[in-house]
Amino acid sequence: MGSDLILFGLFAAVAVMGSLAVIGQKNPIYSVLALILSFFGLSGLYVLLEAPFVAVVQIIIYAGAIMVLFLFVVMLLNVPQEDAAEWDRTHPYYRPAPVAVGSVLAVATLALLAWAFSRTPGLGMGVADARPAASSVGQLGRVLFTDYMFAFEVTSILILIAMVGAVALARKREQ
Amino acid sequence: MPIGYYLALSGVLFAIGAAGVFLRRNLITLLLSVEIMLNAVNLSFVAFSRQQGSVDGQIITFFVMTVAAAEAAVGLALVIALFRHRESLNPEAFTSLKW
Repeated sequence: MGSDLILFGLFAAVAVMGSLAVIGQKNPIYSVLALILSFFGLSGLYVLLEAPFVAVVQIIIYAGAIMVLFLFVVMLLNVPQEDAAEWDRTHPYYRPAPVAVGSVLAVATLALLAWAFSRTPGLGMGVADARPAASSVGQLGRVLFTDYMFAFEVTSILILIAMVGAVALARKREQ
Repeated sequence: MPIGYYLALSGVLFAIGAAGVFLRRNLITLLLSVEIMLNAVNLSFVAFSRQQGSVDGQIITFFVMTVAAAEAAVGLALVIALFRHRESLNPEAFTSLKW
């Protein structure tokens, strides 16, 4: 049980640090690489939750495919870094009124969340109390292709539309 | 290992993603922040799936990943098209509905 907690802490730290690095970077390439690191932390958490196939898909699809797409676009555009001076000039955080209102709202939201969290029953329930679902690829496939058949087919149409849309949007228009 | 730990981590990751959307001034980083939020939600789905002893949460995770892939493809195509027009990735540069 203790090793579970240590591993959880380790992977959670990787995920949170990676995500913080994503929004803390000025250079988008470092942001993309930090997000890949964060995905590896999440993948470790999925293994802890006994969902090995989700962990593998997380690495292959997210870190392998989607992030490569992002990197490709970043390098294709030769992206300028955020202009710090312009950021200071235009950002709403440098005007006092939005800062005041936003801070009040943020603190109120945090308090509400903490209150709701403290009142929710069952949060102390062990995550591993239930018998683990048979999460082999075969079992997952059986559920996916029976109970979720319709959603699966709709997803294929979504992918087709996204593909056509991406090609149509990114094409150079001839004048 | 209480499930509250996983939910708290998921909440923290979602908050980081939301903060990125509000704070950053770069379209690509905005899209990355959206991915962080989607992943935070995936984590809760898988944690609940484990706690309930059912695979439904994991299946929904796959659908979320598919939608994230479609969103990334279309979003990046839009970013490329916008960049061709304005040579900028700052969302402040794209405030007009027509040009």
